[in-house]
Amino acid sequence: MTEQRVIVVGGGLAGLAASIRIAEAGVPVDLFSMVPVKRSHSVCAQGGINACNEVARQQGYSEYQHFDETLIGGDFLQDQHPVLEMTNWAPKIIDLLDRMGVPFNRSSEGYRDLRLFGGSLFKRTHFSGATTGQQLLYALDEQNRRFVSEGKVTEYNFWEFLYPITEGQGDNKRAVGIVAQDMRTMQIRSFRGDAVIMATGGCGLVFGKSTNSVICTGGAASRCYQAGAWYANAEMIQVHPTAIPGADKCRLMSESARGEGGRVWVPSKIGDTRKPKDIPENERYYILEERYPKYGNLVPRDIATREIFDVCVNEGMGVDGQNQVYLDLTHMDPDYLTEKLGGILDIYEKFAGQDPRFNPMKIFPAVHYSMGGMWTTYTPGNYQPDEPRAEHKPKGDIPVGTEIGQGLKEGAPNNAMTNITGLYAFGEVNFAYHGATRLGANALLSCIFDGICNGVSVVNYIRDENFKPVSETDQSVFDAATKVQQDKHDALLATTANGTGNKDNNPYQIAFEMGEIMNAQSTVVKTKAGLEKCLAKLDELSARYKNVELGDGAMWTNQSLSFTRTVGDMLILAEAIAKAGLLREESRGSHYRTDFPERDDDKFWKASIAKFNATTGKSDIEFVPVKAGLVKLRPRTYGKTAPEKTDTKTPEPANA
Amino acid sequence: MGAAQASIIGSDERKANREVAVVGRSVIFKIKRCDGPGKPWRWESFKVPTEPGSNVISSLNWIAANPVTASGKQTTPVVWDSSCLEEVCGACTMVINGRVRQSCSCLIDEYAPREGDEITLEPMEKFPVIRDLWVDRTRIFNALERVKAWVPIDGTYNLGPGPKESHDHQQMRYALSECMTCGCCVDACPQFSKQDDPKNWEGSFIGPQAISQARLFNEHDTGKQLKDERMDTLTGPGGIQDCGNSQNCVKVCPKGIPLTESIAAIGRSATIHTIKKFFTGK
Repeated sequence: MTEQRVIVVGGGLAGLAASIRIAEAGVPVDLFSMVPVKRSHSVCAQGGINACNEVARQQGYSEYQHFDETLIGGDFLQDQHPVLEMTNWAPKIIDLLDRMGVPFNRSSEGYRDLRLFGGSLFKRTHFSGATTGQQLLYALDEQNRRFVSEGKVTEYNFWEFLYPITEGQGDNKRAVGIVAQDMRTMQIRSFRGDAVIMATGGCGLVFGKSTNSVICTGGAASRCYQAGAWYANAEMIQVHPTAIPGADKCRLMSESARGEGGRVWVPSKIGDTRKPKDIPENERYYILEERYPKYGNLVPRDIATREIFDVCVNEGMGVDGQNQVYLDLTHMDPDYLTEKLGGILDIYEKFAGQDPRFNPMKIFPAVHYSMGGMWTTYTPGNYQPDEPRAEHKPKGDIPVGTEIGQGLKEGAPNNAMTNITGLYAFGEVNFAYHGATRLGANALLSCIFDGICNGVSVVNYIRDENFKPVSETDQSVFDAATKVQQDKHDALLATTANGTGNKDNNPYQIAFEMGEIMNAQSTVVKTKAGLEKCLAKLDELSARYKNVELGDGAMWTNQSLSFTRTVGDMLILAEAIAKAGLLREESRGSHYRTDFPERDDDKFWKASIAKFNATTGKSDIEFVPVKAGLVKLRPRTYGKTAPEKTDTKTPEPANA
Repeated sequence: MGAAQASIIGSDERKANREVAVVGRSVIFKIKRCDGPGKPWRWESFKVPTEPGSNVISSLNWIAANPVTASGKQTTPVVWDSSCLEEVCGACTMVINGRVRQSCSCLIDEYAPREGDEITLEPMEKFPVIRDLWVDRTRIFNALERVKAWVPIDGTYNLGPGPKESHDHQQMRYALSECMTCGCCVDACPQFSKQDDPKNWEGSFIGPQAISQARLFNEHDTGKQLKDERMDTLTGPGGIQDCGNSQNCVKVCPKGIPLTESIAAIGRSATIHTIKKFFTGK
């Protein structure tokens, strides 16, 4: 028997953590990434990583409270056991990262420093300067490089995942490898893997310009979905309220600018082309101050997001006719601004090319994180209370210990496995931890947790005594899968010759229009009419995509081909996202329907599960009850009231 | 690089350019292109409309959707490497107007404020071209392997916290740890020579980034266990002694990493290491 191997697709925090854990267990890993893994999207995370710690513990905090916060933060849409396991692991993960050499900020005595983040009353966020994600990724990259140097991990950088290879049907379907393409030589080939872990992140590019990296297309997830993997809570997309809309992407602007006195406005007259400083006070529309006189610019972030969106998208009042409003600090003392907000103002100046001390910043909400993703299952752990518990209060009685195995059965082979046996989903690409919206500084945790904790499950899966090694699978299975992808590739390449020059067939144009409609109708404010319009537009784009024409016929390093192929997969995923949003007739977390503004637990305390219908090319969506049992449902209020009766939605915790 | 070299401009000038940038203008991108390894290179120019906030990435995106040269000839989209577009991943590094930098943070208003102004894009010089502006930087990742740029932990099991560290020491390590392995420092280094054959990597100068990373891990309480092995590499062929002290590295580093301080610190360690080896014979 030849040696068993595991394939990991994606080299961000989740993929690297998995790679390290599995290599450490003595199983060789083949790690695939579209970029050198050190350049993965995890580098963009700024804020920090949450975990209970000794200081917070002595003040009455606990892993259990972190668990409770994460559930209420996610508006109770998560299955509860995996979240408990994650928060129990959090302090252990921080210690591990600390041992790996992450330069966590330090207190004057030399202990790890902590900061306050949304969704908690306790300081429980560990951070490393303003680039925590980058620092954590580098630590895992370094450990992974050590395994590469020992020959235990093989990196396939600049290889694009094209499709999972499966054998069997229905419940017997299992993953046996992948087809991938070298983005430089364009070679397409199959790889055998006794298990396949998808760790390919979010799908921000489906929405056009987002805060995501250019590699976050959702293409890999879509390909698994088309191969039969279920995609859950697709409609749960987190939007960050204040991003800098750039010509190429949106970059985060900290909300502290608003907190320090920033005023949000647009010119009262649509099409006013004057420079902002030439527009007199009485010709400015201070959106938040006029709509919410009591709270003004300090309305909770979800309300700010919706109002900014409404003014631009529905009323067409955005600055320069674009989706952007002014966030103005120019009425304040420049020295004071430098002292309080120096770092973030420098970022604005670097990318927007204007000094925000003297020119109002232009900002707009931007898609930031996908809570939904590939559906995964698990085996619950030891904690099985007779009754679900009410809200946990600080210093309250803690019903469960923090040993490994309380939330998830330790090393159970099905932990974080998709509905396809042997196909796992780790990190942002799964749906498991964040429910309907994600708490700030929980994303890094969930990614590393998946790799470190559930990596063991993958090892146990392939080492089960009844496991049939993939080396026994006939080569014809792999050849057939490769041929399908080669044919698809060749067909796309052949469209170069068509060259009608019709703009409707341009892949970049199709992607642009997809981003426009998805951003407008399937993010901040959703309605039945809007989502139906969105689905109709996606239909039109899918029809046009059938006639897509490639702009580059090269047989070497053809990025246009890769992009164009992905656009087709993004359209398929977009349909599932919009349709799940249409069918979820309630508002929960980041999913806000103006026509159904309340959370409806009777009908929708359920995960939406999208299954790809190969006949229609579209999603079939069903709603499946959330697996709870640990914590009782309660309203998501954070002890605040919304400024107006009509705004029954509660403030969201900060995220970054 | 020739002609492009003359148009390097400083940060004050870039700021001034921003103020006078003409709205709605088009600018010329002169791009050095190559279809693949061993193929001849050529220049192609593109007339690209600007929009507020245009940068090199958005301009290359525009060209990808409209691959026609300034003289009206149909061509292919330009190939380049990119990922985060926030200057934290290092992918989109290229030579812009003769100077190596990330293209995502390169604003058109700063470089080409007037109608018809020209911006030159070239691939990094010290790495083999894959296609157009995309180069193969495997060598600088390999260099990290050579200096064992990691902390040799016992494993991923739960063994409690890492070593305690002072605030100041953390700040020092953090500054070094922001290195994106983008390659700006080696591209600008006169001692770092282009080596297409991996067999020659070991013998030629390893470059500032790997030296600075070696320092980062020598400065960690657990990481320093491998200090001798790192210093063996850095005192061997292509090691620290090949630095010519031009100080270009620190000038082009987008993260302001104190590379020359790292080189000096490793230089001191190298002296001690060599003496120690002389006396202990190890």
